[in-house]
Amino acid sequence: MSVNNYIRERFFPHLWCPGCGHGTILNALLRTVESLGIDKSNMCMVSGIGCSARISGYVDFHSMHSMHGRALACATGIKMIKPELNVVVPMGDGDAMAIGGNHFIHACRRNIDMVAIIMNNRIYGMTGGQYSPLSGSGILATTAPYRSIDREFDATQLAMGAGATFVARTTAFHVKEIGSLLKKAFEHKGFSVVEVLTQCPTYFGRKNKFGGPVQMLEWYRDNTAPLGSKKLEENSDLIPRGVFRQVDAPEYCAEYAKIVEKAHKE
Amino acid sequence: MDPVSIRAQWCKGCGICVAFCPKKALRLENEKAVHNPELCILCGMCELYCPDLAVTVDKSQKKPQATREVANES
Repeated sequence: MSVNNYIRERFFPHLWCPGCGHGTILNALLRTVESLGIDKSNMCMVSGIGCSARISGYVDFHSMHSMHGRALACATGIKMIKPELNVVVPMGDGDAMAIGGNHFIHACRRNIDMVAIIMNNRIYGMTGGQYSPLSGSGILATTAPYRSIDREFDATQLAMGAGATFVARTTAFHVKEIGSLLKKAFEHKGFSVVEVLTQCPTYFGRKNKFGGPVQMLEWYRDNTAPLGSKKLEENSDLIPRGVFRQVDAPEYCAEYAKIVEKAHKE
Repeated sequence: MDPVSIRAQWCKGCGICVAFCPKKALRLENEKAVHNPELCILCGMCELYCPDLAVTVDKSQKKPQATREVANES
């Protein structure tokens, strides 16, 4: 029993910066797959472009490093051909909400059975620290030297509005919660969105004087609260964590199989 | 044998395990995490926090008494 059975060790140490939260998410994801006892040949990871997307190179699953923002489109194709696979799509905030925003809302609407993880570090790291649609206003970035004026998306609200049937949020500080939410997402039949607020100490942290990875994680610890908690009730400025929605709805591949059956009968 | 093994080649010295170890059983030496088994209660938080997948905790060596998980309760 070791997460090392699920990685391509030859590519380690990975290329993420020291203290990057993406590694913590990879860590939690591998442990979740292990705890669910899913065979790695039944796992498929599809990623787009960006720091976060490099994750597909490190896992010893079926994997596809696709186009920027188009990971969900590629994953939809894979899932329709092989519905028995467990498809997981980790995306960065820009990958999911900007370049891939359209694919994201339509994947939510279709309710196709896969797990979409939004690794939200509020910045484009790989290309040098440009602000993203999840940065929010008042943020310093290389493309916003006088602070950004754009308001941010709430990724969970967007996913719910678009029809995703499982929507959750946690942070890279709450490592056990990442695991428990991912487990629920894998067990859910339908489109599952798990947003993980994570730290980019290199660009976001340094530019915005958030300090190093430890200080950024402490910020997530101090500025988030579980849904339904007294802490959140008393302070509405805190970012809510937990499961926002879990509902049953017809799943896309199952509905498609019915259409195929119907067409064969006629 | 130390139940907590740290792969120095993979460790990038970010200090996350050091900061969030509830027993302060880890420290940085030459930008690599080093473990002190005397303080450790084998809670396994370092293994979960490590973004570099460099820490492995062998919980089979865990003593039955006194395990307390501090993080993730808030």
